[in-house]
Amino acid sequence: MPILEVTDLQKNFATQIAVNKLSFQLDQGSIFGLLGPNGAGKTTLIRMITGIFYPDEGSIRFQGQPFDPARHIIQIGYMPEERGLYKKMKIGEQALYLARLKGLSSQDAMRKVKEWFIKFEMQSWWNKKVEDLSKGMQQKLQFVITVLHEPKLIILDEPFSGLDPVNSNLIKDEIYKLARNGSSIIFSTHRMEQVEEICDHIILMNKGEKILDGSVPGVKQQFKENLFAVGVEGAANPGDNGWKPESPAFEVVGERDSQWIVKISEGYRSNDVLRYFIDNGKGITAFTEILPSLNDIFIRLVEGTPLARQFQAVKSSI
Amino acid sequence: MSKMWLITRREYLTRVRNKTFLLSTFLLPVVFILFIAGAVLIQLKTKTHNRIAVIDANGFFSDYLKGDSALTFDFSPGIDSLNYEQHGCSAVLIIPKLANSGKTECRLKYKKALGLEQSSALDDRIHDAVTDHMIYEQTTVSRAKLDSIRQESDITHVSSFEDSGPTARASSQTSAYIIGYVSGILIYLLTFIYGAAVMRGVMEEKTNRIAEVMVSSVRPFELMWGKITGIGAVGLTQFLLWVVLLGAIGFIAQAVIPHDTLSNLPTNGPMSGGAAAATAAIKAQSSGFNFSHFIINTNMGLIVFCFLFYFIGGYLFYSALFAAVGSAVNEDPQEAQSLMLPITLPVVFSFVIMTVVVQDPSGPLATWASIIPFSSPIVMMARIPAGVPGTVPYWQLGLSMALLVLGFLGTTWLAGKIYRIGILMYGKKPSWKIMWKWAFRSN
Repeated sequence: MPILEVTDLQKNFATQIAVNKLSFQLDQGSIFGLLGPNGAGKTTLIRMITGIFYPDEGSIRFQGQPFDPARHIIQIGYMPEERGLYKKMKIGEQALYLARLKGLSSQDAMRKVKEWFIKFEMQSWWNKKVEDLSKGMQQKLQFVITVLHEPKLIILDEPFSGLDPVNSNLIKDEIYKLARNGSSIIFSTHRMEQVEEICDHIILMNKGEKILDGSVPGVKQQFKENLFAVGVEGAANPGDNGWKPESPAFEVVGERDSQWIVKISEGYRSNDVLRYFIDNGKGITAFTEILPSLNDIFIRLVEGTPLARQFQAVKSSI
Repeated sequence: MSKMWLITRREYLTRVRNKTFLLSTFLLPVVFILFIAGAVLIQLKTKTHNRIAVIDANGFFSDYLKGDSALTFDFSPGIDSLNYEQHGCSAVLIIPKLANSGKTECRLKYKKALGLEQSSALDDRIHDAVTDHMIYEQTTVSRAKLDSIRQESDITHVSSFEDSGPTARASSQTSAYIIGYVSGILIYLLTFIYGAAVMRGVMEEKTNRIAEVMVSSVRPFELMWGKITGIGAVGLTQFLLWVVLLGAIGFIAQAVIPHDTLSNLPTNGPMSGGAAAATAAIKAQSSGFNFSHFIINTNMGLIVFCFLFYFIGGYLFYSALFAAVGSAVNEDPQEAQSLMLPITLPVVFSFVIMTVVVQDPSGPLATWASIIPFSSPIVMMARIPAGVPGTVPYWQLGLSMALLVLGFLGTTWLAGKIYRIGILMYGKKPSWKIMWKWAFRSN
């Protein structure tokens, strides 16, 4: 059973449709990338899933039941992009307070907070105030607060911004661990390399609509351009010795790292390329399919649309 | 434990534990007392004495015009309107020959004004002198007899009783005035101090960017309401501590300061607001006015209940609006100022009405201003000490309370709508029109 089913979800603001007839499903234990340029409607979508906004149309089902913010919010952990903490409050007290607001009893809250503080080596921070912490430290605290009540659905909006590689990896590992333990994660970001690394499944939004939906390998397959890299023996640079492969089966589109980059023609297969090189007596050292990066796909899909819609102006006229 | 209670508790504890709270709680009564003591002391020590030269064309005023510690008269021959200052006089009074019919104009010439109080005293003195002269001239009463009659006739005193059906209850206009005034000022101050605290709290949550973290755990309305109740509880705590502290200081003051000093305090001096009320209170307490008697005879319980009701009601009514403003603005305090104006205006206006109402607690202005929720918390408290159900009939009190409850439910509902959207909005400051849309748009 999917943990979250969103069907035809729509949210209108005064001058535009922020989310337009959007549907997707999120399976238990999966890590889901929500991508899109600024102003695509990601935050609005997340705010509907977290019960901050009511949708104008469509439905959200949480664990098979109609989503009820009052009841289900406890099972959701949300780390918004616009995040912050009470600056004057002590770290420990703050973590306890926010944990209790998530519905934990005071003993449970204390136990969990201590557990996570030990895990992230934050024990010595307990009596410090937030204003004394660095941005990265605040980020870690924010992550702890988001996941500490063991939510079934965790929504992370740009969780790695401001983190050094060591702490990024620490949090990344925790995300994997949480997913392995059955939590589902929605991960919203602009950083495509992270999405490729972490996510099982992505949707790409633009102008409030879903323009892409699928698993990361599936999407790459969908957008592949039948490009292959072919390495042949004895050539530091394949074009140097004057020989250039020519065949109706493919077209050479470039050279890279001592390899030919070829594009297979309509009606031919990769085997036809290999056969050509073998028939010409070339020893093949490498043969790899070149799949587009998500970044390329992202740019290709949203190109030509104004990346940053003037969302601020729209927001203030709601 | 409900989430709202957690929020209320945090708001309360973080504020009560704050050093500013302790300082303001313990220093303010001391500053207040010092201020009043200073004002009274200045009044006592710097009472000006005026010596007035008199040029009398009638010849009898020198016998009848009586001076006192504040005003003395100089009838030396040779004084005129040019040289009175050389004779050590601050003004010269020229009394022409009195006409047999109609008013005669006496002229006072001065460089430095006498002030309202002494001008009116001078008027009375001249009038008394003319009366005394006429009685002496036109009747057979001797001067000595006339003076003794004047002294001996001062033997009556008016006590007021509030007519409440078969029984009558002793009341005191002075104490009604003082309690009304002080309650009005307190509610006014507390509404402002704690309303602004709510606004700052909301702005803090917004600028610290914690608002969205919070509203993903609790409903925005719970967050707002928790803040309002938490800060309101801080207000009540502080108020109760002030009452205890002021009571203690008052008790000590009574034991330490000699009784004479207190009874010599001027009551009707041209002092401003709180100082006048406070001086009146001290004087009333020491000059034959029996405070304990008053407590027994006035419905103190009702006054305390109403004070708490109107304080809480007024606070809730206005703090919700302050919260809405706090949610709509960004970091810039200037923005808050301009949006606050429509909220502060009715509060200030109520205060002005209150100063009129303590003088005339039964007039139509008093009645209506104490019923309409915008002004009722401040104005009604100025009327209640004058008497319930005499001055304030039960229906007025009931209607006023009911409307205040409806009023704060209304403002809270309205503010909740604005707050819900405002707290997540950054960027341009919204206009009133946009906030109106937030409030009345169906979702």
